[in-house]
Amino acid sequence: MDGVGEFRHKGVILMLVADRVIALGIIALSAYFMWYAIALPIGWNGEAGGPGGGAFPFWLSLVMALCAVGILIRSFREQRLLDPFFDRETMRSVVAVAVALVVTIALISYVGAYVAIVLFLLWYLKIFGQHGWVLTGLLTVATPIFLFFFFEVTLKILLPKGITEPYFIPLYAAFF
Amino acid sequence: MEVLSLLADGFATSLSPLNLMIVLLGVTAGLFIGAMPGLGSVNGVAIVLPLTFIVPPSSAIILLAAIYYGAMYGGAVSSVLLGIPGASTAVATTFDGRPMAQKGEAGLALIAAATASFIGGTVSVVLFTLFAVPLADLALAFGPAEEFALVLLAFTTFVGLGGDDVLKTIIMICLGLVLSTVGLDLISGQPRLIFGDLPGFYAGISFLVLAIGVYGVGEVLHTIETSKSAPQVTPAKLTFSELAAGLKAMNRLWKTMSIGSFLGFFVGMLPAAGATPASLMAYGIARSTSKEPETFGKGNIEGVAAPETANNAASTGSLLPMLTLGIPGSPTTALLLGGMVMWGLMPGPMLFIEQPDFVWGLISSLYTANFAAVAINLALIPLFVWALRMPFTVLCALVLILCIVGGFAPSQKMHDVWLIAAFGFGGYLLRKADYPLAPLVLALVLGPLMEKSFRQTLIAEQGNVFAFVERPLSATFICIALLFFILPLLKHLRKVLRKDVSAPAE
Repeated sequence: MDGVGEFRHKGVILMLVADRVIALGIIALSAYFMWYAIALPIGWNGEAGGPGGGAFPFWLSLVMALCAVGILIRSFREQRLLDPFFDRETMRSVVAVAVALVVTIALISYVGAYVAIVLFLLWYLKIFGQHGWVLTGLLTVATPIFLFFFFEVTLKILLPKGITEPYFIPLYAAFF
Repeated sequence: MEVLSLLADGFATSLSPLNLMIVLLGVTAGLFIGAMPGLGSVNGVAIVLPLTFIVPPSSAIILLAAIYYGAMYGGAVSSVLLGIPGASTAVATTFDGRPMAQKGEAGLALIAAATASFIGGTVSVVLFTLFAVPLADLALAFGPAEEFALVLLAFTTFVGLGGDDVLKTIIMICLGLVLSTVGLDLISGQPRLIFGDLPGFYAGISFLVLAIGVYGVGEVLHTIETSKSAPQVTPAKLTFSELAAGLKAMNRLWKTMSIGSFLGFFVGMLPAAGATPASLMAYGIARSTSKEPETFGKGNIEGVAAPETANNAASTGSLLPMLTLGIPGSPTTALLLGGMVMWGLMPGPMLFIEQPDFVWGLISSLYTANFAAVAINLALIPLFVWALRMPFTVLCALVLILCIVGGFAPSQKMHDVWLIAAFGFGGYLLRKADYPLAPLVLALVLGPLMEKSFRQTLIAEQGNVFAFVERPLSATFICIALLFFILPLLKHLRKVLRKDVSAPAE
């Protein structure tokens, strides 16, 4: 296990660590599922025949947890797990995109899908992707227009507008 | 021949102007989706599914099947031009496709891939037509016990043949099944697993939410680390003399292409196998039966033809159990199945009786799609060369937007969009840690059927567990399922025994 500390200094997360953390996470998730599943009978319904409503999720979660324990035990025996799972640069990009996505989804409920999507595209194309203004501008303008005509006008599916709702009333009047 | 008249009726449906247009559109979209590195048929179908509300349900399925078909053709394009497989199904195509491109034979390799795909597609569609009715007839005799046994069999193929870590595979199957039980209990109608008392969970977790999450958002996160810069595209010119030379070269490869087609079709039917292993197997066979195996991997046209016939045949093959038995043969067909259920078209033998127009319309559309794909593929090669220059950052941004909006559209609840993000992040991490995603998606789609058939059988038989092995068909399925389940154990045992013999000191 000498290699582990050595790699950790370089900002690399090892497969070994990731494997254990994920196995623990799965055990926790299984426990969470089982805790919800016991609200319904998990045993055998004598007269009705067959298992109760909670049985399927409960016992399957248990199998899941046992397999994860197996992975955990195995991780103490294997050597090949010293491959890197994440290096610093990958992690930075992935986390940046994940955060941007979460912020965008959160914004949709407040400022509406159109503002949120425009902000997301501006960030992704201009800052994250480092593209020129022409490409960024073109896509940031064209995408919301396409979405409006496809979803709202053709499919009659209204996207959330949040506080921008009043600005769309003239558009509704024109297209519906 | 009753089949021929049914098929003729089907063509009346699939050749209607709307459906013909849809096939052309779907194939073209599929070609581009397949050609984009990182995006394969399963990603394409997951992302496009919410957009298909624009057409009637039967046309929507035809559209998705055409995308599936087109993506199989398209996968070869980036394998040859970029050296990166457009989808995992086209991995084997890079082995000889890339060296051909480096020798300046990119055009020839693309012609070979398209022709081979066409042959594989045609043979498998004919096989599909022949097998569909007998298989559906057989399935008519299925009761809940057989249904349960068959679903169990589908899952155990992942354990026995999937080739992934067995423990991780079982975890993913269980996770998918547990997620499928969220919502209202099928038998008692009571709510269960309503996490955090959120009202959004009462409707259950839609397969679409999971699919867009892991195959849309998760795939984008995965692509980010592959490359941030624009890829290097090998230019390909296509002339008529090259086309003639290509067809002449292909004419010598009938044996390879027939093996690839049949192998692909039958391997494709297995849920755990599918197009990727089929294409690798076809490549292996072509190399080992070749008179000059040393030329493989250095740009042998046969090495392009073999995997391309197999992966196209496999995609048709995986449609067969989905349509006739209701058991998908691949993740993409699992999504098609989910879509059909969503639109009230329950796949299985009854579909052949109740909706013959739809079934035969879909089958005949595969013939049309096959012809359309080969023509469009060859005609649009210059456009692919241009489109493949598109930087990943542009593609990813647009895919993420489609995931958000497409995830919102079917249910119109932000709850589902949040779930998509969660599944995307979770799926990305799990995939990175070598957890297979296909069994997860398949389990979520098949979960309700599995639980329902299991509990229905037990209720009907007053709790007699042996009901599953008392009927011959279900007993057979259960036996094969058990065999698949213990297969990895046997393999492990053999390895341990061998180690003991060779290294007794351990």
